[in-house]
Amino acid sequence: MAAALTVECRKTYPGRFTAATQLTLPLDPPRVLILFGPSGSGKTTLLRCLAGLEWPEEGLIQFGPTTWLDAASNIRLSPQARRIGYMAQDYALFPTHTVRGNIEYGLSDLPVEARQERVRELIALLQLQGLEQAKPAQLSGGQQQRVALARAIARRPQLLLLDEPLSALDAPTRSRLSGELRALLTQLHIPSVVVTHDWAEALTLGDVIAVMQGGTILQTGSPQEVFSRPANAEVAQIVGIETVVQGHVVANDNGLATVSVNGTMLKGLAADVNGTAVYVCIRAEDVLLEQSGSGVTSARNHLSGRITEMLPQGVLVTVTVDCGFPLRAVITRGAREELGLETGSLVAAVIKAGAVHLVPRSTQLHMGRSSQ
Amino acid sequence: MNWIAIAVTFKLALLTAAVLLVVGLPIAYWLTFSKWRWKFIVESVVALPLVLPPTVLGFYILVAIGPHSPVGRFYSDVVGHPLPFTFEGLLLASILYSLPFAVQPFAAAFEQVDRRLIEASWTLGVSKLKTFFRLIVPLSTAGLITGAVLSFAHTLGEFGVVLMVGGNIEGETRTVSIDIYDEVQALNYAGAAKTALLLLAVSYSVLLLVYAMNRKVWAVWPQR
Repeated sequence: MAAALTVECRKTYPGRFTAATQLTLPLDPPRVLILFGPSGSGKTTLLRCLAGLEWPEEGLIQFGPTTWLDAASNIRLSPQARRIGYMAQDYALFPTHTVRGNIEYGLSDLPVEARQERVRELIALLQLQGLEQAKPAQLSGGQQQRVALARAIARRPQLLLLDEPLSALDAPTRSRLSGELRALLTQLHIPSVVVTHDWAEALTLGDVIAVMQGGTILQTGSPQEVFSRPANAEVAQIVGIETVVQGHVVANDNGLATVSVNGTMLKGLAADVNGTAVYVCIRAEDVLLEQSGSGVTSARNHLSGRITEMLPQGVLVTVTVDCGFPLRAVITRGAREELGLETGSLVAAVIKAGAVHLVPRSTQLHMGRSSQ
Repeated sequence: MNWIAIAVTFKLALLTAAVLLVVGLPIAYWLTFSKWRWKFIVESVVALPLVLPPTVLGFYILVAIGPHSPVGRFYSDVVGHPLPFTFEGLLLASILYSLPFAVQPFAAAFEQVDRRLIEASWTLGVSKLKTFFRLIVPLSTAGLITGAVLSFAHTLGEFGVVLMVGGNIEGETRTVSIDIYDEVQALNYAGAAKTALLLLAVSYSVLLLVYAMNRKVWAVWPQR
């Protein structure tokens, strides 16, 4: 069997729930696994169990050939012995240490010269030149995050654990740094587990997404798979984005990008998009359906296609339209009757450019991935 | 002024503070970080000298180190003389008597250290012991100095325990507070006043230092 990280844990939260987690992450090639879910879904707890900072009552954690936890035989490998890089949500930088002191904190068993060399490398890699002597309180949020990352990867960990790596930052910094973080993770080539509740972050950073709720992993798969084909209604509700397809930017006119998805052209807002490979994300409630060929609107996207599926859910109907790619829309039962929509009907789907979210996927991204 | 008594007192207070700085740290660490459900029992024992009359504490220490107790017998077998009414006996009593004055500020300081920092240190491969010295101690300096200074000041002024365990032997166990008492008994108010003023001045300066150091606006670590 190929080397993998396997987790099987049970942990009871009095008055809340019993978390039963099962997870397998192949380690070769190294991948970025996203633990995705609303707050309180047990993502951070799972991450802390992986770090050895929390102990499930029952469970088994196996990292390749090494057993990290086996509650039944009382094997509990300490955090020190796991050779991990762990970054807490608020970075937990040591206030009494300088930037340099923080980065070299875990390197005390290296000889002085090797340690200095490693610190130099990390300072260059994370662009912290000139800040070596600063204390954490003197740094901006983005700089703190980079110091925390440098410290976490300084010991060349065999597994990198990041808890909401971008949530402590303000929105503009966050969207800028998420691309940088993705590039860094790809460059590091270390198996990583990243906790987030932000879908754009999950799509940017992840190779594999595990959707969590109530301490349990509901679905695991590639980002596109999880977002476009949620395993059940619960997952669909958590991810909240019904259409996620790959596309590439063919033109960018002052932030209004034209994206080709299987040959179908879409217009979307692309403030932070630099590369050409993107995920195109559209919420079903942002899609308007009309009878084919009628009217001109202010919306930038008019796509025509045939209805391939209709799923009634209470007063609403989820309609899948094949317009070069499967596009999901949600309409009311009344609207469906008025328009006389049936499977096979020809319709026009109208989407405002602002509702077409483009999440950048750097081309480097696919290098380390298996052919999913 | 009885300079011999002053020298004995300062030697006793300094040694007590030094020993408590060493002995108090592991106790405070355990009290802060242990998850043992009966921890409060130990906490209460440590705090006992705060409420117990010094004569009661002194009495029990005297009995415990006396020639009829195993500890006392063992000590006199090894060292050659009994423990009560010696400087070493007095030191031991002072350490027990001042224990809460060191341990409680230490524990309060450790309590203030953000657990996430400690966890970060562990995940960086640094052992619990090294984390203590490299992270927890630097973050707790104010509390450590407070504990050491308070136990020093508290030992300076002790009376009941000294009388019970140390007696009143010039150059050995006769401390400033006992000297003042003797002067008053001998109706030498002028001599008592000088020594008392010295003790007042030292004690007040020490407390000034502690309170100034713990002022929030005058943080020991300006970066925090």
